[in-house]
Amino acid sequence: MTSAAELAEQATATILGGLAGARRGLVVDSPPGAGKSTLVVRAAARLTDAGEPVMVVAQTNEQVDDLTDRLAAERPRLAIGRLAGIEYTPAQRVVRHQHVTLSTRLADLAGCPVVLSTAHKWATVRGAPAWPWAIVDEAYQMRSDLLLRVAGLFDRALFVGDPGQLDPFSAVQTERWAGLSWDPMQSAVAVLLRHNPDMPVYTLPVSWRLPASAAPVVSEAFYPFTGFRSATGPGERRVAFSTSPFGRNALDVTLETAASSGWALYELPARHTVRTDGEAVAACAALAARIVQRGAVTHSPERAVAGVPDAGTRIAVGTAHRDQAQAIRAVLRAGGLPGVTVDTANRLQGREFDIVVVLHPLSGRRDATAFHLEAGRLCVLTTRHRHACIVVARAGVPELLDAHPSTEPVHLNVPVKFPDGWAANQSLLAHLSQYKVRAA
Amino acid sequence: MSTLTSLARAMAAASGTAQPACTVRHVHLSPRPLVFIPLALAGEANAPLAALVGDDPGAPNLLVVPEPRDRDLRFAFAADLAAVVLRYTASYCADQEPTGGRDPGLRYADAPQLLVPNPGGIAFTRLLGRSTRFRRAEGPYAVAESVPVLGRWLTFFADRTESPASSLMLAATDALSAHWATGQSPAEDRNLAVLLGWIDPPPGMSGAQAAALAEDPLRSPPTGPATDPTFDNEVLDQRILAVRTARLTGGGRAYQRAEAALTDALATQLTPTWTLMWRAAELLRGLPEAAHVRRRWDADKDAFTWHAGHIREGGPPQPRRDGAVSAAGRLANTERVQEMVAAQRAFDDPLVMAEYRMTGEAFAGRVAAAEPDRVDATGRRRVLRPRVTVETGDAVLAEPGATLTSPARPSQKARVIAVTEANGRTRVLLELQGGMGRALTPEPGSVPAIGEPVCYAAFGDGYQPPPAFPASEDTPWTHGGPPPRYVPADEDAREDWS
Amino acid sequence: MTGPEARLARLRGRSLPRSHNARTIAALASNPGCARRAILDAAGADKQRLAAYAGFPAPFGQSRFALARGNAFEAQVKAEGAAQLLTLLRTHLNLPIPEAHYDDLGEVGGNASLDLRHARTRTLLARAAASQDEAGTMFDHPLLRLEVGGRHAFLEPDLVAFRLHGRFHVIEIKSFAVIDGQADGDKVAAAAIQSAVYVLALRDALAEQHIPPEAVSHETILVCPENFSNRPVAVSLDVRKQLTVLRRQLSRMARIADLLDLLPPDLTFDLDPDRDGVPRRRPAELAAAIRQVEARYAPECLSTCEMCFFCRDEARGCTAALGRDAREELGGVEHVQTVLRLAGRIDRPAPGTDLAEAAALLRQAARLRAEALREAV
Repeated sequence: MTSAAELAEQATATILGGLAGARRGLVVDSPPGAGKSTLVVRAAARLTDAGEPVMVVAQTNEQVDDLTDRLAAERPRLAIGRLAGIEYTPAQRVVRHQHVTLSTRLADLAGCPVVLSTAHKWATVRGAPAWPWAIVDEAYQMRSDLLLRVAGLFDRALFVGDPGQLDPFSAVQTERWAGLSWDPMQSAVAVLLRHNPDMPVYTLPVSWRLPASAAPVVSEAFYPFTGFRSATGPGERRVAFSTSPFGRNALDVTLETAASSGWALYELPARHTVRTDGEAVAACAALAARIVQRGAVTHSPERAVAGVPDAGTRIAVGTAHRDQAQAIRAVLRAGGLPGVTVDTANRLQGREFDIVVVLHPLSGRRDATAFHLEAGRLCVLTTRHRHACIVVARAGVPELLDAHPSTEPVHLNVPVKFPDGWAANQSLLAHLSQYKVRAA
Repeated sequence: MSTLTSLARAMAAASGTAQPACTVRHVHLSPRPLVFIPLALAGEANAPLAALVGDDPGAPNLLVVPEPRDRDLRFAFAADLAAVVLRYTASYCADQEPTGGRDPGLRYADAPQLLVPNPGGIAFTRLLGRSTRFRRAEGPYAVAESVPVLGRWLTFFADRTESPASSLMLAATDALSAHWATGQSPAEDRNLAVLLGWIDPPPGMSGAQAAALAEDPLRSPPTGPATDPTFDNEVLDQRILAVRTARLTGGGRAYQRAEAALTDALATQLTPTWTLMWRAAELLRGLPEAAHVRRRWDADKDAFTWHAGHIREGGPPQPRRDGAVSAAGRLANTERVQEMVAAQRAFDDPLVMAEYRMTGEAFAGRVAAAEPDRVDATGRRRVLRPRVTVETGDAVLAEPGATLTSPARPSQKARVIAVTEANGRTRVLLELQGGMGRALTPEPGSVPAIGEPVCYAAFGDGYQPPPAFPASEDTPWTHGGPPPRYVPADEDAREDWS
Repeated sequence: MTGPEARLARLRGRSLPRSHNARTIAALASNPGCARRAILDAAGADKQRLAAYAGFPAPFGQSRFALARGNAFEAQVKAEGAAQLLTLLRTHLNLPIPEAHYDDLGEVGGNASLDLRHARTRTLLARAAASQDEAGTMFDHPLLRLEVGGRHAFLEPDLVAFRLHGRFHVIEIKSFAVIDGQADGDKVAAAAIQSAVYVLALRDALAEQHIPPEAVSHETILVCPENFSNRPVAVSLDVRKQLTVLRRQLSRMARIADLLDLLPPDLTFDLDPDRDGVPRRRPAELAAAIRQVEARYAPECLSTCEMCFFCRDEARGCTAALGRDAREELGGVEHVQTVLRLAGRIDRPAPGTDLAEAAALLRQAARLRAEALREAV
């Protein structure tokens, strides 16, 4: 465990050291749970210590508040400005800090060496003198047109984000800008690097969230070129059950498989179904409920006291579609477990749980579409957990992948993006098949 | 495709007749559109071969390039096309009307409308605009003065098709498919003859039967721009060869005969499509117009007025590719417009709204309880905040706190207070704000009454201001910095069209 | 693989197997789930002929103008020792080529068999790979070979493999235009996967001489006319994804025996020609034989496969014919009649059965549609 911490510290030191001499800035690729927010906070502190005012750009109010809270905890006497939109409701974790000033006008925050806000709010700022430094969080999830609207505010920037997660999205379908180096539909980092190819790209090498059972699998499937390792070693993140099962039913076998190896694939019989596949929905809910019923207890070396998972704070169910999430939520509510988090990949981004149940995006489908194959979606769903991940899927997914026609158009001058969704799905499924449990 | 549209297709397949996909027409149809049917030579980059164009169904103009590889003849074709198109656009530059809204001014009272058979026709128009708008009327590679102007207009029309709110240029197959569901796949719908077979079969025949007959290229020649390969190999090849030979051997009567033979052959490929196009226009015209179409057409008139002024003042041609700021601005604008149009279509058309009811983004039901006079006294002022409970059998995705809008009362906001389910029905408690007048009691009819059927959607058709972008000369370093200013160059005029 | 090979020959009948080229190999990726296509392609059957004889001639044809233009452009680019191409590579791709040799591998002198030409290509390319010479060399008319479904497919690309800094780059010449840096996405996709076929074949040829696959770059070069002119422009294509897809599809082809085992042993698509070559087999019988092999029709077949009208006719009344997503959107129900019976409550599947959820979905859709149409009147 020491070597992981050392590795991470070395990487962070290199990054923070790189700030001083940076010409235009740097990019940091941060795999899931690699300490991105910690890096942002430390970088902001380092820059303000050196007398450089910093503007921090995050994508949602929730993210801005988290960073503000953590920065204030790190530097309690630093004057921190939290710039907000008119509709913003002040969060308790922000207003409780004495030296944090909240305002909808930048002029009110003139005395703050560091100001945090959302990209959309920053984009409305006019006539401010350029900040010497900006820190842009979730830069891979930010679309490049939004970057265009804020980049005039700063001279140099630290861009931090996770390249493996969901790409920025647009409902507009067009090829008009395909191949242009400033394609507004590409991510902020993709466009930034095309115009600044010399900008250094660093990687955070350690995931503090993912257990040793998950890091190599996720790394290979979703981060084919950089890779990363887990902070903990094999067997250090454990799940134990307070009660024993009565018989050997498939649910319990699944739970035990997940507890011992960190993964499980709960396989329903092959069928082509509607999206809110009743059996799959019931299975996801049943697995989440069983985890609670069996009194699952998680052990990790970082926590001195073993935590008992609260239904709701530590278990999550992830899906591709909102209606699937809603259906699972309804079943859990009826069963008296309203607290378990159930949400889509989009809304689970950035969040962390102990045990996660995933309804595989391709389950029950006859054909795959680009949406369901998207690597980022599967990556988010399978990287929320600290201890174990259980995937629910009907049999037939490998056959579906095999039959998938590769007839997507190819555009000139567009850098090829890895991992390919189809390949990532193959890779993950190949791994999961070792931990398959057939539903009774 | 959604479940509802797939179901409509299934019904069409079973019955042999096309089924309505919309109850109203969501595009504007001009009383005098310009129909443009281009044909391109196979294998070349958009080399024009022939075109039928005109705004009068009884008077088509047939334009032919007798030697498709001859540069001069191509530009002569462009000049002939320019004569027709520019006369047509100019005819809309007479009458004016006042514009409403924030900045009152004047705009043309109506705008032109270009109709092509299919998306390939739009692509052809875009490329023809590209290959002509940079030319010049003087200098070593001079072309007729009208040619670069034509190029700018064609580019303008093709660019407008990228806005979901615009009807300045339409592809007949797209417009028809948006309003009718056939019993075949969307890919097959791109054949105009087959599509019209489904929608408007001749008497005594089902839509499916008419469509099957229309698939034969001998009965219905392809609607372009691609020609039928068999026609190319068995007819076109010889006729073009004959023209070429006649030219080389001195021209005169032989040349005229050869050219006439070529023209006749091309006419056989174009004339049937001409008939189809005007039939398509009439079918669309037969649908009642959706309520918001007028508002969207007004925006089209504004755009037309602006562009006509730009050309009159000798403004530069549209650039080859968008710069960083221009691209970002366009994307943001298209997204806003797309959302607005989607909401307007749903508000105008219950069949479109039905799609949202399927997914739970909208629901319809009856008012089960109402407090029309409820006042909220918790704030500084007392404000009117009526509450209604809607009972519905639809799925409801909305959560407490969400803001909904009703098509019947678009200026009123409804905030979700609670959603409860019982026995397969859902009850939604809504708090209403706005659209009731200024007093503390609501104006009659402004609050839905008990028993009234209502519909609420998670989107509104309201106007959203566009986001602000820096000027092009302030393009930041992240996007490559400010672009070089455009200077019309000789290369543009000289560019090969071979 | 003599078992499946003999089986495939029996299926094909007396006609000669159609040889594969890069285009047909690339097409393996366009509908991998279709057993009918896989079997017909593996057997080397003439799908165009079969479809026409069975009464459903394919709608494809090629215009003479397009062919002429393609040939003329290629000839122009490769004229005079590929002079134009060389200039192109020098300027557009910033490749520092001090001197380049031009090597025509087609010249073997006299009448050489395909195997001989292939052997010569292999030797010369390996020699180039082993040499330390930094100068680039263009190799024209290489004859490559790829194993497809147990048979060797000889590929004579119109490409020119070029060696620079120790690596070969496949070059594809196509006559569709690149306008302002953009080209038709489907045509580029086809060119990319065809280039990938050549990359695989070239790697195979070198592998026999123990030269590692990295010697052939995954960056291929596409040469097309620029804007509206005849001047060529060169663009790089990264074909790593296409290589992954191809390798997977070729390895599936190798498992064709599994599909063959499902078929009746005496099944054949032979047309039973008489002494003058006139087919004697009744078309209806041939159609029945083809139908013994399951197809996976989707409307996309209409632009990629010669059997499309045959399979479409067979798929009449199936939801798959309505669009790629249609069946999915209709709850996975296969037949149009079933969809309507469920939507109209004529069929009421018991709860828990396969169709129960689809029925609920379809009933809801039918109800909403009917309500909307009533409201509009």
